[in-house]
Amino acid sequence: MAIFVDESTRLVVQGITGRDGSFHTRQMMEYGTQVVAGVTPGKGGQFFDGPQGKQVPIFNTVEDAVTEAGANTSVIYVPPAFAAGAVLEAAGAGIGFIVCITEGVPVLEMTRALAYVRDRGARLLGPNCPGIISPGKAKVGILPGQIVTPGPVGVISRSGTLTYEAVYQLTNAGIGQTTCVGIGGDPLIGTNFVDALSAFKADPDTKAIVMIGEIGGTDEQEAAAWVSANLGIPVVGFIAGQTAPPGRRMGHAGAIISGSSGTAEEKVKAFKDNGIAVASRPVEIADLIKSALTR
Amino acid sequence: MNIHEFQAKEIFRKAGIPVPPGEVAQTPEEAEAIAAKLGGRVVVKAQVHSGGRGKAGGVKLASTPEEAREKAQAILGMDIKGLTVEKVLVTPAEEIATEAYVGCLVDRKAQSLTFMVSSEGGVDIEEVAHTKPEAIKKITIDPRYGLLPHEAFWLASSLYDDPSLVKQGTKIIGQLYHAFVMAGASMAEINPLISTPAGEVKAIDAKMSIDDNELFRKPEVAAYRDLSAEPASETKARNADLSYVKLDGNVGCCVNGAGLAMATMDLVKYYGGEPANFLDIGGSSNPDKVVAALEIITSDPNVKAILFNIFGGITRCDDVANGIVAGTKRIDMKVPLVIRLTGTNEKEGVAILEGAGYKATTSMDEVVKQAVALANQA
Repeated sequence: MAIFVDESTRLVVQGITGRDGSFHTRQMMEYGTQVVAGVTPGKGGQFFDGPQGKQVPIFNTVEDAVTEAGANTSVIYVPPAFAAGAVLEAAGAGIGFIVCITEGVPVLEMTRALAYVRDRGARLLGPNCPGIISPGKAKVGILPGQIVTPGPVGVISRSGTLTYEAVYQLTNAGIGQTTCVGIGGDPLIGTNFVDALSAFKADPDTKAIVMIGEIGGTDEQEAAAWVSANLGIPVVGFIAGQTAPPGRRMGHAGAIISGSSGTAEEKVKAFKDNGIAVASRPVEIADLIKSALTR
Repeated sequence: MNIHEFQAKEIFRKAGIPVPPGEVAQTPEEAEAIAAKLGGRVVVKAQVHSGGRGKAGGVKLASTPEEAREKAQAILGMDIKGLTVEKVLVTPAEEIATEAYVGCLVDRKAQSLTFMVSSEGGVDIEEVAHTKPEAIKKITIDPRYGLLPHEAFWLASSLYDDPSLVKQGTKIIGQLYHAFVMAGASMAEINPLISTPAGEVKAIDAKMSIDDNELFRKPEVAAYRDLSAEPASETKARNADLSYVKLDGNVGCCVNGAGLAMATMDLVKYYGGEPANFLDIGGSSNPDKVVAALEIITSDPNVKAILFNIFGGITRCDDVANGIVAGTKRIDMKVPLVIRLTGTNEKEGVAILEGAGYKATTSMDEVVKQAVALANQA
């Protein structure tokens, strides 16, 4: 099993003809993801050239992609000014799982989009996230396919390349993954740690979880409390940003310590207080997971 | 992006919030002239992107224009939490009957905006939240509707008993919401919102942060960026589309991805070093960005060793390697450079580096250890 995406994923790519959209569509198709449609307003009726001569129909709207190509999942690669609109459109068309890769989406627009997605009963992953991959099944987003391998560990992270680092350590140690989810580095995101953790809890194949957090907000603290109250499988944690100065944005819009809240110390403490083993270096993650799995 | 008090007040005035007059001075003489024009007692206020200006001695009363000049003289050039004061705001001293706090911010948990008010104004609101949480009233805005009139009324009613003050407060809270949305803010605060003995409510302070993601479509707000308030290296980095924060250590870091960049800084510290900076070259693989990153890092005189930590995904190792080779040719390299490359096009990248006489490892732990050792030897 896996969470959120698998063999049944029928993907529509919003922004399929753009530079990033077209590059990653080919990568996703090469990985084996079923890309059933693309959307670029004004280019409906054309086709996108995928790998091995595969053709993907392009539609003007997500609604057409749903009714004519049976899309059930969407991934968004459109520029920041249009990304929240793309989320609204996907949710409005009845897409159940929406992944927004775009970085730089205005937060005020996200407040409205998030409310709309909730009202429609859909789930948003991101924005400003690397996407999600269920090894051997489907890849939606920009995570590199070559570093993952199927196995029993779920990975949840706010970061992109730090996720790659952790997954790479796991794969090198011979430990595979059920699903790796990048939840995104923005202050307002559609799927938080607790959402992803509860999905993993319902997946019988996931035997342990790696949770990679960073400075800013209190999502990790709430997740830690949720883990000890509800989860029932071991979790290994890592927090980035121990050396980050307060009040400065560390790349990610959400990675900022405000006042005394959102520090790495606070988060590491919350992890430890709730029985989560904390790696002090990325290289320790694989060792801690190994001992958690054999316990 | 943080903006200054006088800039936030400009936005407030446009939204209709009553704000006392005032002008900005960069010299003591200018401050004197503004005080003379305003007449009466004035306050001279340091304009820096930092809280606690009053405690640091950056806010002073002056009874005469001459005194305003003296106070400005003392405040200009002053260091407040590492920031040099370049400008002061000269504004009339107001008679104060009550002081309240009104703020609006992006609430991560509620996934919306939250308004926060307190009748305990004029002090640090985080302190009030700790010592007297019952003095703070909050309301989360439903993004479908925005701030509703009865919500603004409810907030103002928790601040005042007098119906005239409640009416003025309600209006100001609505205007603050409007200002927040118009400017694309992530935080807006009036502390204190005063009432005068004559029964007027006005904002005598203003604080605002702008959501960086809004700047591309709000040029009039983007123009508020004060380049003198940040190191030149950060301006250069932003122009090159790099995320960079200068720190005080001696190990220069160049990484792709914000999370990995933070983890790299942490690992430098773990092995007994101090990071000189946070630097994320981003997801693109443009060699020019790598060259710009090298220029920025090497221009920091504290840097004794430089480390690259690249995990190729969208970023291609060969592009980064080309950037390193081009950059080190152009720049007179005075400090050692160690490189970790793995992921997309790793082999090609390593070959390019070896051709130019550089070695690369695939281990993050290894490269950080090497960099710390080199920096500590220097």
